[in-house]
Amino acid sequence: MENKNISRRDFLKDVGIGTVALGAAAAGCAPKGSHKDDSQAGKMELRTNPATGDKVSLLGYGCMRWRMKRDENGRQVIDQENVNELVDYAMSYGVNYYDTSPAYLQGQSELAAGIALSRYPRKDYYIATKLSNFGVFSRQGTQDMYYKSFEQLQTDYFDYYLLHAIGRGGIPAFNERYVDNDIMSFLLAEREAGRIKQLGFSFHGMQNDFDDLMKLYDKYHWDFVQIEMNYMDWKHADPRQNTNAAYLYEELDKREIPITVMEPLLGGRLARVPENVSNLMKTRDPDASVASWAFRFVGSHPRVLTALSGMTYMENLVENVNTFSDFKPMNEEELEFMDQLAGLMAEYPMINCNNCQYCMPCPYGVDIPGIFMHYNSIVTEGKMPLSKDQREFRKLRRNYLTTYSKAIESLRQADHCIGCHQCIEHCPQSISIPEELQRIDQYIEKLKQDTL
Amino acid sequence: MLRKIRIILAAVFFIAITVMFLDPTGSVYKCFGWTAKLQFLPAVMGLNLVVIIITVIAALLFGRVYCSVICPLGVLQDVISNISGRRKGKKNRFTSSKEIKWLRYGVWVLFVAAIIFGVNAFVTVLAPYSAYGRIINGMKHPAIPTVIVAAVTLVVIAILSWKNGRTYCNTICPVGTTLSFFSRFAMFRPVIDTEKCKDCKVCEKRCKASCIDIAAHKVDYSRCVACFNCIDNCKFDALHYRFAWGKCSKAEAPAKAAEGEGADTGRRAFMTGTALAIGAAALKAQEVPKRDGGFAEILPKVSPERTELITPFGSKSVKDFYNRCTACQLCVSQCPNHILKPSTDLNHFMQPYMTYENGYCRPECTICSQVCPAGAIEPLTKEEKTSFHIGVAVLDRRLCVAHTDHIDCGNCARHCPTGAITMVTHHEGLPLIPAVDEAKCIGCGACENLCPARPISAIHVNGLSVHKQD
Repeated sequence: MENKNISRRDFLKDVGIGTVALGAAAAGCAPKGSHKDDSQAGKMELRTNPATGDKVSLLGYGCMRWRMKRDENGRQVIDQENVNELVDYAMSYGVNYYDTSPAYLQGQSELAAGIALSRYPRKDYYIATKLSNFGVFSRQGTQDMYYKSFEQLQTDYFDYYLLHAIGRGGIPAFNERYVDNDIMSFLLAEREAGRIKQLGFSFHGMQNDFDDLMKLYDKYHWDFVQIEMNYMDWKHADPRQNTNAAYLYEELDKREIPITVMEPLLGGRLARVPENVSNLMKTRDPDASVASWAFRFVGSHPRVLTALSGMTYMENLVENVNTFSDFKPMNEEELEFMDQLAGLMAEYPMINCNNCQYCMPCPYGVDIPGIFMHYNSIVTEGKMPLSKDQREFRKLRRNYLTTYSKAIESLRQADHCIGCHQCIEHCPQSISIPEELQRIDQYIEKLKQDTL
Repeated sequence: MLRKIRIILAAVFFIAITVMFLDPTGSVYKCFGWTAKLQFLPAVMGLNLVVIIITVIAALLFGRVYCSVICPLGVLQDVISNISGRRKGKKNRFTSSKEIKWLRYGVWVLFVAAIIFGVNAFVTVLAPYSAYGRIINGMKHPAIPTVIVAAVTLVVIAILSWKNGRTYCNTICPVGTTLSFFSRFAMFRPVIDTEKCKDCKVCEKRCKASCIDIAAHKVDYSRCVACFNCIDNCKFDALHYRFAWGKCSKAEAPAKAAEGEGADTGRRAFMTGTALAIGAAALKAQEVPKRDGGFAEILPKVSPERTELITPFGSKSVKDFYNRCTACQLCVSQCPNHILKPSTDLNHFMQPYMTYENGYCRPECTICSQVCPAGAIEPLTKEEKTSFHIGVAVLDRRLCVAHTDHIDCGNCARHCPTGAITMVTHHEGLPLIPAVDEAKCIGCGACENLCPARPISAIHVNGLSVHKQD
């Protein structure tokens, strides 16, 4: 608009374009074209599913963390324009695996993914979605959920279909959700009919829960399994709640079952690590981002078909595309280095929350993941006020309290947790949410009253 | 020179008080709290003898310097009047006028009577510093009643000062009238040198108190607010601020009515919450697909019906509090927990009361007691605070989620700072329900505020008319 003698029509046109660009900038990303140059990307690393010959991109798109905005009625809705831009970028760089669920993003994820993906030929991408029948166990209700996913995703087949988050509660829980209501035989028939190309499950739970599910292999022939895997969970999974990824990987590798990976970055926690850990990373390779170490670790394991990343912002996507293009797997020595880092990280008393939002909404309004994220960020930064003798205690105390009240509005703070325990069953990490919230609340109370 | 000193000092007070009211951090009062403590009416209500004596002696020595420097409402009028005077041809816009005795002393007598008989609304509306506090706080926390009262005050003050300078101070303001009883005997005062005076009347036309009569070469020192505009503007050096003891006609020595017996009548009429128990019902999904993320909608809390008002820790009793409070809103503006609100009830008009919908009285916080200039809330330490009892919590079992919805809760017991709430078995096999030990409860409202029942909490605090101390 440098031309002063601009016509009215040109002006309106320019303003229109400017507004779109502004909107995109506000969404934390710019239109498709502008990032092309940022990526020195070569070819996206592809892995082959031996059963189907699918050429799957090693970077998969997790459709669980897209940005929400408020609509005119104040309700949270997915910013579809933003999603389309992200998917456009991902598609253009060869990301072809999209993982969603009827439960994600307040139930809006499938629809948004469907809208964005249906603009491309169906054969150009793989859809993974899930039977998220938490609380809906009846055959009818479960089937309704299954059929609705086709509609939402605008497709007549699923490339990958998962029983969502099984393992916890063992075989009895599995039977309740899939066997007693005859859903399992229904799904097997659907696979037979070709509407489900690959049937698998996503797992959270203890080792014996996993073993039990593996015993069912002969009966159901799991085509693939989705596990939580990253350099922390490899050997440092919480022994009270979860299984080391190393064990899961080995068991699946043995059976030659393809693995899809969730939480390669622990909900972003492995993109922001304690200073001593990031220093080691940067000393080794000043140009590699903190997150790229985590992704390369996962990608370096050959049985992994795809690593799912819930990329919220264009910056995340661009960075990850770079990591997974012309992919360089880690050598033995580098894997050893990651093991060292994991040991250092394990020293930090974090809460295992990956901000997946499964626990939400809390009926009493508590912002559970928000409180945990704040707590973890304080731990990561090494800014935890511990005692009055500590250096700079006053400053740390003030920092904790002010950042807390800024991050979490007072109505949603930990002191409103009444301990109803309704969240517990939804947490894939099996965090003792009420106990942790009350522990944090008591800690904050001590900080406020200055009795630490 | 004197005028400039006056303006600088006035600016210091005016800005300090304004900043303190607007301060969101709750720390400015530590530096500027004294500016509020020097306010005359709050000092009288708080029987703060040091401040009263200093103010009276200052008036006897130097005239009503208080009105020109310390009183923020006075300075506000000067600011407005100054702007008005910058209009073309309005520089010398004042004229000498006679004292309107019936109105001036009439209001004063009514005011003193109102203090004695506890007609708080009349006292608080006229109190000059408090009126200013309401204007500022009305901007900071715009709530309908405060904003209306503040806006009316501001409009009246603005019109009067725009046209005639200090009319309010010399006809309505009870503090101005009180100080006039002393200032008319002031030792130092502006004196007209009749030898030098050329009767140009510049001083008269510049006197915002309209108290100079050049025809008679007289100054009404009862109305002079010692602004020194006349002195600095006299081209003939005919006006001097100098020692002039005993050169004034005698006036009746007034006795300042002190603290009255305060007939604190009537309780606040409470809104009757008609809303039913909405103990947040269990969201146990039955054939409702679970969807992740988002926030549950949380109903705002509604004030319960209290048998007695709750007044802050340090206020000793409800009666004492309302008899002393001048409704300046300083505590309201400083409360970090948003539990002090100005009353709309006529008996306590604009005076604050405590309520726990948005927060509760945190055990470590004593800000209101530190800032109160009127002694309505006496200073407390954190340790002293929890030895007072300002109210008692009562449980309405029907609203309690543990009792009615059989949901394990105990959030009140977990957060009671004095351990006054125990969870007890009510029905075998059902969740425990809270029980309050009246002797231990201090009335801080943690239980009420953190109770999950909405919009009315299952547990609420009733004030104690006389606060108890352990």
